[in-house]
Amino acid sequence: MKRPFSREQRATIIYGMLFFVLIVVVLQLWLLTTTMNAWLGGDDSIVWPAAAASAGCFALNVGLFRHLVRIERTRRDRA
Amino acid sequence: MADLMSDPRRLVDPAINSPGREGLTGTAPASLYAPAVEREQITIAPDFAPADVQPAWRQDFPVDWPQDLYVERRDFMKFMVLTSAAFTLGQIWIGAQNWYRKRTGQPIIQRIASIDDVAVGSAVGFTYPDEHQRCLLVRLTTSECVAFSQECTHLSCAVIPRPSEGIFYCPCHEGRFDLRTGTPIAGPPRRPLTRIVLDLRGRDVYAIGVEERTT
Repeated sequence: MKRPFSREQRATIIYGMLFFVLIVVVLQLWLLTTTMNAWLGGDDSIVWPAAAASAGCFALNVGLFRHLVRIERTRRDRA
Repeated sequence: MADLMSDPRRLVDPAINSPGREGLTGTAPASLYAPAVEREQITIAPDFAPADVQPAWRQDFPVDWPQDLYVERRDFMKFMVLTSAAFTLGQIWIGAQNWYRKRTGQPIIQRIASIDDVAVGSAVGFTYPDEHQRCLLVRLTTSECVAFSQECTHLSCAVIPRPSEGIFYCPCHEGRFDLRTGTPIAGPPRRPLTRIVLDLRGRDVYAIGVEERTT
């Protein structure tokens, strides 16, 4: 059975994840404003590719969060 | 004394600084020591001072600050994931609106006015392609007319034509657009006004399409 992470280790992990998630969210914000600007200007060629990219970013964030929940569950199960 | 020293079941002296054992480590089994506090149980006050010098209320109601910090970060991460979901929904909403816009097809051809009714250097208002979209027809010269949506591309305020200055003026945030091309020349707007494609049939001016532009 895997040894659960200590509190210090979990804090380091969550800081790393937060850093990554924040970068991805800022990227999504940029993607949304750019897509909106292009679409309002009549250019609809990037609408669906941008939506797919944003969905990919969201999936990445959900995956990271699920990993965090899994780490906590391992710790609780061991306690 | 010699028997005691040779007896393997003798009590082990846990102190490593007793005479003759200085510098030795790892000679005593861990069970001889008092059980240490679990690292997970250690709580640290925000001022990093020891627990016994903390105020009474903090001793009576201790808060596990590292755990509190961890939970805060985890909740912030959860909020960021929700924000990410909102952005994705926004992208899908744009896609749905795009699908709906394509489904409605080309706008209808609509007569705006007779060119004789619009004096040179003046403007008339009309709605196109539906009654909610206000537009402006401006007669620049005797033979030249232009038409643009009246919605400012910044925050959708109604722009005002100023033919004498050669601009459309947005009073909300001091935005200015070129009267002839609709391109932004001052203020916060970045996109040009939506152009209405015109067709002159005899003496009548018709709107035949909408041209949205990014530059």
